[in-house]
Amino acid sequence: MSLDTTTLFAILAMAVVTYVTRIAGLFVADRLVLTGRAKAAFDAIPPAVLVAVIAPTALTTGWAEAVAAAITALAAFRLPLLGTVAVGVVSVVVLRNLI
Amino acid sequence: MDQASPFAPTYRREIRAGLRDIAPVAVAAIPISLLFGAVATAKGLSPLEVTVMSALVFAGGAQFAAIETWIHPAPILTLAFATLLINARHVLMGASLSPKVEMSRVQRFLSFFFLTDEAWALSERRALDRPVTAAYWVAMGGVLWANWTFFSGLGAVLGSFLGDPERIGADFAFTALFIGLVAGFGRSRVTLVTVAASAGVAALVHHFIGAPWHVASGALAGIVAAYLAAPAEARP
Repeated sequence: MSLDTTTLFAILAMAVVTYVTRIAGLFVADRLVLTGRAKAAFDAIPPAVLVAVIAPTALTTGWAEAVAAAITALAAFRLPLLGTVAVGVVSVVVLRNLI
Repeated sequence: MDQASPFAPTYRREIRAGLRDIAPVAVAAIPISLLFGAVATAKGLSPLEVTVMSALVFAGGAQFAAIETWIHPAPILTLAFATLLINARHVLMGASLSPKVEMSRVQRFLSFFFLTDEAWALSERRALDRPVTAAYWVAMGGVLWANWTFFSGLGAVLGSFLGDPERIGADFAFTALFIGLVAGFGRSRVTLVTVAASAGVAALVHHFIGAPWHVASGALAGIVAAYLAAPAEARP
């Protein structure tokens, strides 16, 4: 078990930066009173960010991943979260062997 | 809604709800955590370094990106900047969630250490019905933190024994998990427009420019699309 000094400082830098991003929202939240379109835009943040994170994997990796993502999306409206993940993982394995 | 009821039963109920909501996410995160530990070991990090990083940083996307480009000695400023870009979304997430939590200012500053995509998405969903309490949030965040820290450390110890993660589809678990979380936001017209715009722009930017720019640009496109798609007058 070793802990390199430079590695430790890099980890600490990553940790501090990450924590700052986590609490920064607390400073802006109090000043936001939103209605109408602005509220719709603000409410769209959750799905918009989640989709942006996975879009490259789901859409541009290959047909197996794209089709598996579509199957997962259909499953997502009918199954609980863990079932959805299982359907996604199984379908990508099957499709990678077929395509 | 719970103000009149005694503190302890509410507290326990909130903890139970947090554990129930985070359980499937924690299970789905196990292969991802093992994968992270294994990949980090392959890049030359020790199991202790992997565990310390997961415990202190606790941000999967940024950690994967850092390990992807890891060299010795570690380029501290470059890693810090990449981490800032990838985690910039936390600012919006925190601002969105902050008015929906029932916590004191100090509680917020301490407990928002546990802010992750998953815990946040579950809380936003819960906030549609009721305020998010500190007990709910910390139960959820704490389990996910312990899970991520332990299994990424275990992944580092197991290292190369795990074999190819793509063979068992473990690399897709993260994508499937996020699709499941997005579905929780419903199928309204505005949501569908948001998802389509975000997915299209993120995929194009990732293809032509590269990571991590696709996250910010895709998210922004989705938010703008929601603004344009929504009715102009105030909604309830």
